[in-house]
Amino acid sequence: MYRYILNRLLLSIPTLIGAAALVFILMRLIPGDICVVRLGSGGSINPTAVANCHAQLGLDRSLVLQFFDFIAGFARGDFGTSMWSGKPVSQEIATRIPVSLEIALLATLVAVLIAIPLGTISALHQNSWLDHIVRTVAIAGIATPSFWLGIMSILVVLEVSHLAFGAPWMPPIDYVSLWDDPLRNLSIVILPAITIGYRYSAVTMRMTRSAMLEVLREDYIRTARAKGLFEHIVVNRHALQNALLPVVTLIGIEFAFLIGGLVVTEQVFNLNGIGRLFVLAVQNQDYTLTQALVMLTVAIFVVTNLAVDVLYAWLDPRIRFG
Amino acid sequence: MTVLAQDAPALRRSWLDTAFAFSRRQPLGTFGLVVVVVAAIAGLSAEWIAPYSPTANDFAAMTEPPSAAHWLGTDQFGRDLLSRIIYGARTALIIGFVSAFVGGFAGLVLGVGSAYFGGVIDLVLQRVMDVLMAFPLIIMALAVVAIFGTGVQNVIVAITVPRASALSIREVPYIDAARTCGFGHARIILRHMVPNVVAPFLIMLTAFVGQAILAEASLSYLGLGVQEPTPAWGLMLQGGAEEYASTAPWIAIFPGLAIALTVFGFSLFGDALRDAIDPKLRDR
Amino acid sequence: MKNRTGWLAESLSIALSAALAAALTAAPAAAENIKRGGILTYMIPADAPPSLDGHKENTYATLHATAPFYSTLIAINPDNPSSSTDFVCDLCTEMPKATDDGKTYTFKIRKGVKFHDGTPLTAADVATSWQYIVHPPKGVSSARESYMVMVDTVESPDPETVVFKLKFATSAFLPALADPFAYIYKKETLEKDPTWYEKNILGSGPFKFVAYETGQSIKGVRNPDYYHEGQPYLDGFTAIFAAKQSVRVDAIRADRAATEFRGMPPSARDELVKELGDKITVQTSDWNCVNLLTPNQKKKPFDDVRVRRAMALAIDPWKGAPALSKIATVHTVGGLVFPGSPLAATKEELQKIVGFGPDIEKSRAEAKKLLEEAGAAGLKFELMNRNVDQPYKFVATWAIDEWSKIGLKVTQRVLPTGPFYDALRSGSFEVAVEFNCQNMVNPLLDVAKVLPRSVYPENYGGYEDPKLIEIYNSMLRETDPAKQRAKMREFETYALDTQVDTIMTPWWSRIITHRSYMKGWKISPSHYLNLNLANIWLDK
Repeated sequence: MYRYILNRLLLSIPTLIGAAALVFILMRLIPGDICVVRLGSGGSINPTAVANCHAQLGLDRSLVLQFFDFIAGFARGDFGTSMWSGKPVSQEIATRIPVSLEIALLATLVAVLIAIPLGTISALHQNSWLDHIVRTVAIAGIATPSFWLGIMSILVVLEVSHLAFGAPWMPPIDYVSLWDDPLRNLSIVILPAITIGYRYSAVTMRMTRSAMLEVLREDYIRTARAKGLFEHIVVNRHALQNALLPVVTLIGIEFAFLIGGLVVTEQVFNLNGIGRLFVLAVQNQDYTLTQALVMLTVAIFVVTNLAVDVLYAWLDPRIRFG
Repeated sequence: MTVLAQDAPALRRSWLDTAFAFSRRQPLGTFGLVVVVVAAIAGLSAEWIAPYSPTANDFAAMTEPPSAAHWLGTDQFGRDLLSRIIYGARTALIIGFVSAFVGGFAGLVLGVGSAYFGGVIDLVLQRVMDVLMAFPLIIMALAVVAIFGTGVQNVIVAITVPRASALSIREVPYIDAARTCGFGHARIILRHMVPNVVAPFLIMLTAFVGQAILAEASLSYLGLGVQEPTPAWGLMLQGGAEEYASTAPWIAIFPGLAIALTVFGFSLFGDALRDAIDPKLRDR
Repeated sequence: MKNRTGWLAESLSIALSAALAAALTAAPAAAENIKRGGILTYMIPADAPPSLDGHKENTYATLHATAPFYSTLIAINPDNPSSSTDFVCDLCTEMPKATDDGKTYTFKIRKGVKFHDGTPLTAADVATSWQYIVHPPKGVSSARESYMVMVDTVESPDPETVVFKLKFATSAFLPALADPFAYIYKKETLEKDPTWYEKNILGSGPFKFVAYETGQSIKGVRNPDYYHEGQPYLDGFTAIFAAKQSVRVDAIRADRAATEFRGMPPSARDELVKELGDKITVQTSDWNCVNLLTPNQKKKPFDDVRVRRAMALAIDPWKGAPALSKIATVHTVGGLVFPGSPLAATKEELQKIVGFGPDIEKSRAEAKKLLEEAGAAGLKFELMNRNVDQPYKFVATWAIDEWSKIGLKVTQRVLPTGPFYDALRSGSFEVAVEFNCQNMVNPLLDVAKVLPRSVYPENYGGYEDPKLIEIYNSMLRETDPAKQRAKMREFETYALDTQVDTIMTPWWSRIITHRSYMKGWKISPSHYLNLNLANIWLDK
């Protein structure tokens, strides 16, 4: 087991370096730079001001030097300073992680609590009207653009509150943390969590259903039923435990993809999270911040995949004891 | 090669009976197929069935609600929404299918090649695909847009490159067996590996078309996809739609519905296809 | 104070003022009983400012976030901000008369002004701050250096006097001096560390800095030692960064914020007025911003003046502006000069210029002929645009439609900000949707945009023209207003009609929709002006 983990970790190093090189090159291929973005507010850009800005940010050094700086910094754990705000990148990220994390966790919770029971029921009654409804709802979740869902949900809340209470209501636009004011915080986070959670739970629901379907065809289930066991024991004790393996894997993998969903959702709901920071960093051509964020995303992806694989290997008794 | 499995190959039923049997057994799949066909027809024959030109501004009829003259209303430039949605089907399907095929083909080549040759090539290719999978779509898209410009082709590039790896398939057992028989590379790959991956490949393809359409919508929403005045569903949801969501909701609702319905259709159809082909999931 | 801004409270409060739908000039402030207290919550339509230093930055994000903390030497009159000539003193005691043939301005600084850390503010601080703006020391950048070319020296001979000596007399000086970004910093701090103000705030303005959460909000509290008697009326303010327009509209609707200070599109105004009736007040003004369609004269066939002329002739601003104003933030048809300024052309004068003619059919026929002559009939080209909706994309879509009526086939190429500017500066475009946005209405400096690159590095049309420069210089130094106006007509006609160096589109229109309980604030033609909140009060 340990050798497996070590092996995977070693293999992830070239992935990280590859990602670093890719983002470094891509960002510098984009024409223009942060100085131009910063100073272009009036439609005209003073070339001297731009030159000064370049010098201040170290953009006039050679590319090789810049890349070396970047990699060396990372190895040390120093993620550099954001070119846009001048603050350390770690600080910029740290202030924005709480919101994104909270939404991600809430979305996962929603997904797990709704998807697994529904997926199981759907599998048990395959091709019944219940199955069709659940499948339809699930596919709708995957088919609907999440930002459209977000826009519609804000609208619906505004209109409904207007009709019901006479004054339109929307969640507060200035963020407070969960510890400061839990109710206010939840009112801000609940809509985005549902928007992302819907798709997440849809995917999980489908996986649960197909995993259950496979398991329910197995011989040992037939045996258990033949033995006269109660259906719920058959399902919960025998079927579900084995079906959950691929489902857990999926939940893990999809969690890593959540960041993509956050990018768009945080735009829609104007949340000060990692997703929005990403869009900003890329639009402002803030090289240091973008590079750091990409490395973070890739690292999360790699670690999550590894964790899921390890979990899978550990949970599957055939592998654990084999 | 891929055949909708029927139980009794010896019985020669009329295709109509077959169709009815399929639709009764897979109502959702049939619905999906219908949606796909409708979208395809809309895309192919847009010039003939669309009542107006999708790019004709009509400042006298801005943000009009659905009416007899404009069945789905008009947008902020007075352009007919129904026509834009019909032409949008063409854009969506082009992006969807081309992305799926290009990406799928690339993924297939990568996967098969990587699995077949093994060793260092395999390791390197797998790492490359890892990087591309983990790499955030938005950066890729922004870079492609900024370097090559916006437009349909570049959106396709932006979508396929990172996600092609999702379509890569590796089929290891066949290789060893075939090698022992002493077959040449080409024969092993073409005669043994590819036929076995085609079926799951096609299924993944239908799902990928849906995801590509959604990706285009997200990119357009962020301003990185197709540009005005090209009619594209994702683009229609950007800018004007949010601005007019309360006063002229039809501008936001219909393109979103079009996307959802089309992706829905493709997913359902893909599901039904998989249920029909994959023996493990078929009805007892 | 926070409870009072809750939405429940708002739905019970009574709005007093009627909706204003005025145009340019604002009536003098009615003598209502000013109520003190309350926190103003407003939104900043941006993600986060690059830095907090007004001297270095050019973006309204920095200004909206920091203006309440700082003082300037002079400012546009907050009770009459739509005027381009009504300046009042902020830190000075009275507006001086120019001496020495208009080349010297001597300002006396108020006594008793203190920075927020308690130290006194003297003329030395004012002079040093301005020196850093006009002639920044090596390594320090000043975004407004090029506007202050007329200034020779800035000195402070004693702790109460600041003297500006100009290289030549010009009426463009005072408006440049009133630039809202010209914060007065502490001399000691500037000299010790010129980058300190990028991340820190220490001013002498109506509000003291409280907290700044990146990307989230910035907060200020009332400065009890403010030198303008009685002000500020508010207890404090909270500015929230809200880049998405739909969020801003919904926030005003649900009273999560009172306003934003940039501008709303007409659809938002209509929606809010419909929903909130007299709880919302609308103030409108022409905006000192305009989009220009600039052909790149280094690329064929745009070097042929006949093609440029045809492009101008195809466009009908008289019909387009009213239609566009319903969906986009544009309104008034104008030439090079901000409409409403004394130097602007009248409608009759405008109609003599190509592209403003009264008979569009005739114009378009002539345009088609010109294209034939130039061998460019049915020309295909790309219009490069920024990735911003209002009003860029609307204006571009309209222009493309107009051009199609003379057979031109135009597609749009939309780029994000960075690549857009890069393409502009490197000349890799055919026709671009440029924009010209200035903080102050200062026509003499504002029209410099069409000057060739050799004198104005920020021109992207790719042409050289000594005659244009000559007319401009003579106009800049002309002190007689009537003669100056005549010279402006000559300049405008030459640039827009003879050479067609650029094609004007309708000037922007600024629409501010704010909650009616916010009083005391008057709209101006610039989203950079009148933002220190000192004269705002809440009627709650």
